[in-house]
Amino acid sequence: MADEATNGGGLSFKPMDQFEVKSLFGGEIGMFTITNVTLWLALAVLAVIGLMVLTTSKRETVPGRGQSIAELMYGFVYKMVEDVTGKDGIKYFPYIMTLFMFILCANFLGLIPMSFTTTSHIAVTAVLGFGVFFAVTILGFVKNGASFLSLFWVSSAPLPLRPILAVIEIISYFVRPVSHSIRLAGNMMAGHAVLKVFAGFAQVAAIAPVAIIGVMAIYGLEVLVSAIQAYVFTILTCVYLKDALHPHH
Amino acid sequence: MEGELAHIGAGLAAIGSGAAAIGVGHVAGNFLAGALRNPSAAAGQTATLFIGIAFAEALGIFSFLVALLLMFAV
Amino acid sequence: MATETSSAADAAGPGMPQLNIDTFGNQIFWLVIALLAIYFVLSRVALPRIAAILAERQGTITNDIAAAEDLKAKAEAAEAAYEKALADARAEAQRIAGETKAAIQADLDVAIEKADAEIAAKAAESEKAIAEIRAGAQEAVKEVAKDAAQDIVALMGGKADAKAITAAVNARMKG
Repeated sequence: MADEATNGGGLSFKPMDQFEVKSLFGGEIGMFTITNVTLWLALAVLAVIGLMVLTTSKRETVPGRGQSIAELMYGFVYKMVEDVTGKDGIKYFPYIMTLFMFILCANFLGLIPMSFTTTSHIAVTAVLGFGVFFAVTILGFVKNGASFLSLFWVSSAPLPLRPILAVIEIISYFVRPVSHSIRLAGNMMAGHAVLKVFAGFAQVAAIAPVAIIGVMAIYGLEVLVSAIQAYVFTILTCVYLKDALHPHH
Repeated sequence: MEGELAHIGAGLAAIGSGAAAIGVGHVAGNFLAGALRNPSAAAGQTATLFIGIAFAEALGIFSFLVALLLMFAV
Repeated sequence: MATETSSAADAAGPGMPQLNIDTFGNQIFWLVIALLAIYFVLSRVALPRIAAILAERQGTITNDIAAAEDLKAKAEAAEAAYEKALADARAEAQRIAGETKAAIQADLDVAIEKADAEIAAKAAESEKAIAEIRAGAQEAVKEVAKDAAQDIVALMGGKADAKAITAAVNARMKG
């Protein structure tokens, strides 16, 4: 690979090393081994608890800083669910809040230098994406029965076009979980890989200042991307949920 | 030889990122144009904006993924 | 140059760690546990608590606004009562002033009447006195004129008829 070829010149790019799953206490990686994935997932859980539970423990009527953040998160996701899915989507709010808080915390934790980004792994985001996909599909059939299939039958289109549209709709429906999960993993992976590549350039003294400024700029962009990807994942979940609850075009 | 071809393929796939950039710029630019004509309606459409950007970007991410697969997995 | 690693699927190799199937089970297992943990923490503790806080705040705000309305109504009632008391006091003052004025007027009228009566009585008395004096004076003039006429007649050598002189003097006094 490129890094092996350029090792002689002093430059070594290892942008993918940061994504490696390692066993924390040695040994083979089995199903229940404690790895760095476990560590950073646990930290994400602790971050969520710290953000949502510890800050609100005083139950102040006039909120302090921490409680304001928790209330802001709550209000933000609540309004999103209410706006996109309507009133009957409110009862799925805890699930969507779970997804949002987990992705947000995992993304931001991944931005800590030397950390491990759990959401950059396809395995993790695929569980999230396919979880949403199956939940929404099952929910659609349970709520609407066979009429859920009218989601694919665009009744507003002219009749000859409908079968073709139905094929397109079905394909796009089944691509949803793939794009849903790969979008998140790809964004995280790409951002962190680019950060690593820029950091690798800093090994050359002549361009080190430029590289460091570049790292800073990309880091700022990544902070933005982390929040936006959590938002996008959540709002797309809401959109899919709305399709399941109201499949008629 | 095969690996070199894979690298060329990865480079070609990376063009898709540029295409996604065009798409995202198109979405955001049109949103801005519309928002400047009718600023009062803009606030309610930011969710739609992000969904549109996400869809446009997803395809770019796919090409990026193809590039990565060619680079590291083939 | 990279042909030796082109079949890289081993974990230690420089391939994509994301595509290493060996670690998937581990990641998925821990991820599910983490998600369940977050879900239970959020749905059992955090979300009900925040919902309660928000509801309580809404209630407090509503109560405060109601209390403010109440106080405002009370203040308005107090102002109205004050205005009424002021108006009453003013009316009372006017009434008292009117009564006093009327009483003074009545006293004054009585006094004026009395004074008028006294003045009238005094004037009548004076008139009577004047009339008496005048009558007295006329009698005196008549006497003097009769005496003078008798004397003049006597001087002229005639015998004065008292009756004729009296008649003549009376005639003269009238004319």
